[in-house]
Amino acid sequence: MAPDGVSGTIARGEADVTVPRRRTGSLARLARRRSTIAFLLALPLILIIAGLVAWPATWAIYLSTLNRRMTASVGLDNYLFLIESETFRMVVWQSCFFAITAVLLKALIGFWLAHMLHTIPARGQRKWRGMLLIPWVIPPALSTLGWWWMFDPSYSSINWILNVFGFPSIPWLGTPWWARIAVVTVNVWYGAPFFMIMYLAALKSVPEQLYEAAAIDGATGLQKLLYVTLPMMRNIIAITVLFSLIVTFANYDIVRVLTNGGPRDTTHLFATYAFQVGILSGHLPRGAAVSLFMLPILAVAAFFILRGVSRRAREMM
Amino acid sequence: MDAATSAANRDFPKLYRRAGSLSRERAWALRAAYASLGFAAVIFLAPPVYMLITSLKTNAEMADQSLSPWFVREPTLEHYAAILGNPLFLGFFRNSIIVTLIVVAITMAVSVPAAFALSRMRFWGSTTLATGVFLTYLVPDTLLFIPLYQIVGSLGLLNSIWGLVLVYPTLTVPFCTWIMIGYFASIPKELDEAALIDGASWLQMLLRIFVPVALPGIIAATIFAFTVSWAAFVYPTAFITKPEAMPLTIGVVSQLVRGDTFAWGQIMAGALLAALPPVVVYVFLLDYYIAGLTAGATKG
Repeated sequence: MAPDGVSGTIARGEADVTVPRRRTGSLARLARRRSTIAFLLALPLILIIAGLVAWPATWAIYLSTLNRRMTASVGLDNYLFLIESETFRMVVWQSCFFAITAVLLKALIGFWLAHMLHTIPARGQRKWRGMLLIPWVIPPALSTLGWWWMFDPSYSSINWILNVFGFPSIPWLGTPWWARIAVVTVNVWYGAPFFMIMYLAALKSVPEQLYEAAAIDGATGLQKLLYVTLPMMRNIIAITVLFSLIVTFANYDIVRVLTNGGPRDTTHLFATYAFQVGILSGHLPRGAAVSLFMLPILAVAAFFILRGVSRRAREMM
Repeated sequence: MDAATSAANRDFPKLYRRAGSLSRERAWALRAAYASLGFAAVIFLAPPVYMLITSLKTNAEMADQSLSPWFVREPTLEHYAAILGNPLFLGFFRNSIIVTLIVVAITMAVSVPAAFALSRMRFWGSTTLATGVFLTYLVPDTLLFIPLYQIVGSLGLLNSIWGLVLVYPTLTVPFCTWIMIGYFASIPKELDEAALIDGASWLQMLLRIFVPVALPGIIAATIFAFTVSWAAFVYPTAFITKPEAMPLTIGVVSQLVRGDTFAWGQIMAGALLAALPPVVVYVFLLDYYIAGLTAGATKG
């Protein structure tokens, strides 16, 4: 502060009083300014989350207790009606079947392909990875149109291949079980590349020394997989599976394009059924109730994802 | 050399057999890997390739069931010409472009400053907000479309692309903010200290240091916002019933597919043209795309 001793002693009395005060004053102002700036920078985000996610979600709960014309409250009648409805029970069953089967298959196929990609020399990986991620890149509503045409009752190109090998044609979208299988197939086709990419990234992050140590101890390939790879990837696997469970459970576009819920409402998921009841039949409160049935499952999955992500963040630090 | 090998085999039979079996194991692993990848590639690429084949066929060839559906004998571009001459389809394309560009701009303008504030400038409730951002990302659109239908309706924005511009940020902003927080958090603190000592303001710090350094993250987030708003399906299906206001996804699905005789060639040509922009972005920015995809779980 003071350039030399003399002026320092002269100025000290004043400096002692003013400098600390000015410093705390400006520090406080800086802190205030800094948090104000931070808040302002985050304000649009807060508005979007509050206004377009939190508020509608709360509104949906209120909405689901109203009657069809939204003039009076009917309590839990919408929920009770749904629980007693045969169609809705089928929707619950089909949603669970669809989500669990599809996520399991996606995870297994993705894990297998990630492993195969990891085996081949690094030079070729980019090309294969780029090719295998294509299903994930095409907007699903559009690629499902292609599948729909492949499942067409009279011109099915899949049946053509089956016939070449001597198998009979399959009524893909005509009978409940084949339609369910078709819907799961398209979802697995669309989602497996995502798992593959996630697992490949995780495989690459496993330190090579661990495998070398295991090899020195005489571990076989299977033992390396069970005791090195899987424990190291456990967190990523959990996060990816739970995340995909949420997305698959809430899936809409594939069923909408492929079967539109048919035959006889056997392939409806929560989302497509909520759309049918809420928007197409015009019973908004009951539609809201249908989609709110997803909430408990999503909440449980979200809780575990959050735990997994923060745990992984701690590990990375 | 053969003599040497056999001599070695005689001297250390066990060791050499083992080494030989290891390399043989490796060769088999490679063969299995290429076989699985090749098989997967055929299955994964079959639907888009079949869409392309269909879009190039004449209607007569498509209807002839004695021919293999997997080959095209007389390729024609008539379906592409028809679809590109269809003013409705061009309208879908224009709507998609307008909505996507505005939504990407809004998303980046909201999520980059917010991520900067959340990762560097602590304020009251900032950690809760960061968790909230992630939770919001986990709320699926199919849970929100019914209340949003009412809200958008009460604003008079049903059947308008501005309704879509209003709600699409709920799909893009949470994830983009989340991965930008990850990118910003990985920038060393020494950089902002140096900037503060040089007298930079917070805004200068964001624009001059954080944005350039985190550019790969920003590109990844932009790609994500672009592909998500281009592919969005639930909201336009719920909010838009007038063909003039439809974006591509719902337009192709609902307007080209009508009546009893489907114009499959045109549907496939339309779907492929609609899928082209995200695929082009993907082909040219593959590494950023994958970085954005894996960032959510590996960086957080």
